[in-house]
Amino acid sequence: MSDIYLDNNATTKVDRAVVDAMMPYFLEQYGNPSSIHKFADGVARGLKQARQQVQALIGCEHDSEIIFTSCGTESNTTAILSAIKCQPNRKEIITTMVEHPAILGVCDQLEKDGYTIHRLPVDKCGRLNLESYKKMLSENVALVTVMWANNETGTLFPVIEMAELANAAGVMFHTDAVQAVGKIPMMLADTKIDMLSLSGHKLHSPKGIGVLYLRRGVRYRPLLRGGHQERGRRAGTENTASIVGLGKACELALQHIEFENTKVKAMRDRLERGIIDSVPHSFVTGDLNNRLPNTTDIAFEYIEGESILMLLNKAGIAASSGSACTSGSLEPSHVMRAMDIPYTAAHGTIRFSFSRYNSMSEVDEVLKVMPGIAATLRKLSPYWSGDAPVANPEQAFAPTYS
Amino acid sequence: MWDYSDTVKEHFFNPKNAGAVADANATGEVGSISCGDALRLTLKVDDESEIILEAGFQTFGCGSAIASSSVLTEIIKGMTLDEALKVTNQDIADQLEGLPPEKMHCSVMGREALQAAIANYRGEEWRDDHEEGALICKCFAIDAVMIEEMVWANKLRTVEDVTNFTKAGGGCAACHEDIEAILEKVLAEKGEKFDPSVCSKPEDKQKAATPEKIAAVKTPLTNLQRIKKIEEVLESLRPALMADGGDAELVEVIGNTAYVNMTGACNGCSMAAMTIAGIQQRLMEVMGEFIKVVPASEMKKLVNIEVA
Repeated sequence: MSDIYLDNNATTKVDRAVVDAMMPYFLEQYGNPSSIHKFADGVARGLKQARQQVQALIGCEHDSEIIFTSCGTESNTTAILSAIKCQPNRKEIITTMVEHPAILGVCDQLEKDGYTIHRLPVDKCGRLNLESYKKMLSENVALVTVMWANNETGTLFPVIEMAELANAAGVMFHTDAVQAVGKIPMMLADTKIDMLSLSGHKLHSPKGIGVLYLRRGVRYRPLLRGGHQERGRRAGTENTASIVGLGKACELALQHIEFENTKVKAMRDRLERGIIDSVPHSFVTGDLNNRLPNTTDIAFEYIEGESILMLLNKAGIAASSGSACTSGSLEPSHVMRAMDIPYTAAHGTIRFSFSRYNSMSEVDEVLKVMPGIAATLRKLSPYWSGDAPVANPEQAFAPTYS
Repeated sequence: MWDYSDTVKEHFFNPKNAGAVADANATGEVGSISCGDALRLTLKVDDESEIILEAGFQTFGCGSAIASSSVLTEIIKGMTLDEALKVTNQDIADQLEGLPPEKMHCSVMGREALQAAIANYRGEEWRDDHEEGALICKCFAIDAVMIEEMVWANKLRTVEDVTNFTKAGGGCAACHEDIEAILEKVLAEKGEKFDPSVCSKPEDKQKAATPEKIAAVKTPLTNLQRIKKIEEVLESLRPALMADGGDAELVEVIGNTAYVNMTGACNGCSMAAMTIAGIQQRLMEVMGEFIKVVPASEMKKLVNIEVA
């Protein structure tokens, strides 16, 4: 059995067809798209096609609404800073407690600069309360930025409805859709979403390429100035090969979107059910009825995530954890804390994320080893005794330490 | 993922002395579930000789926490309690062939569990005075709590002060923004204001770090001149190394490679690589040419390769 990759929310394998589409732009059409000679005369066409391929996947009205950037993080930063720059009198931003650090980090910095940041809390299933959101919308708010799908749990937020509400209140709306694009169908032209970020490497194109969707007519200030590229909205010589690759990847994602929501979902569901049935004291986190088709995040109580990952890795299986130890911080993931998952479980969460390259036999392989891994680590755990947790684990083992 | 040594992996995949000792007469429990690491150490101690006959651990934690627990039990078995009390967290880390800076707290947890277990055996109360904060300086493994305390206690004002007192920020310098944030916070608590302009300017720093007697080299050097110059620079750095209980001595110069023997506390210290990088940086600044600093221990292999 070759190695099993179930960490597709972290990054994905580049599709062979994407690599093939890119190669001519390294070796033949390597001219600067701004140049007037035969090394560049096909590049503009390549870029235009890529723009249309992205447009088709996200369903926006015009291909000129696509701005190529270097990554999802750049798209997010550009969106937030543009919104506040355009509207200097608005000093508030609405976001959520479970956003990606690429959003939270920018907001934290703006808070230091005097902005008010409203971070919407989530319930135990990771859901937002739209009533409290509505109350926050006002003419002081420069931007609402809410992720479409959560990277850890896959939970989907009602961004289409939230964008309608923002629009009605005259507030700009941005969504970080890095995890959602290519996994669920979308038709931006029918929504009130003003800006959207996506990242190439989450959908089988290379790292280092992203998109900011900017709805026509939405006020905008570039992050990078000093060039006519992307109609002056993102200066810097185009990453032509990667743009073409991203275009191809979007075309492929659109072709596979049904596969993603049937076959890939079936693999995820089988793994999830299999683990919950075979490993006692494990549970799925997030909103089970409203999730990405490819993601499951499972908490294994009384054991720690990095240890689980190391044993999985030894068995040739790649996954991720929300444990503190994998990140270098002392707290478990902010997403788990926001959902109020107890510490004894939050440190032991493992995210399995699928792609169209996975197979049912791989699922069976994981199901073969997972119960043994949990049992091995529980044997070492002070919270475990025999084949069950100790009675009142929190009291039975209460070490001295601040 | 972390760059764990083979020894860490070996102790994680095949832990020694896992589980509680059945008829233990000493138990130490430390850690914090909120931080994701907790350890119960159980010992069987011979009442006559105070020798640790058996040791067992139960650990909730990451790979290095389990490995630290496992190696700790191996280290202390057969020791008397007084000997065991001398085991430091550095001993645990050394036995594991080093831990990543973010993971050094795993070895600290091991030492604390040992102290707690011995206190438990002797009927004493063990109190932990150690509070851990977010890791700020990854080069020297210095956390926020440590920096805050030093800023409070020593009236530190600048990033440079913090580096001088704690080493934090003295390596790659990527954490200077975080150190400034701590200064800002603590000084605000004291009713003062952090003034970044007080920080010495880069050119001043350069000057301060370069003892005036060593003039920067301008013209190309002969081999002899180069060796003399390297020796001069190394001499100027020795007082700082000695202050940390270490020392360095120039063994050989081949081309632009200087072989240096690290002794005392520098020898085997997990920061030795940082120190060598620092020496190299200084040499290049003064010599104005590329100089590679290599531990003398590696000289033999290299010379052999050349001969072959």
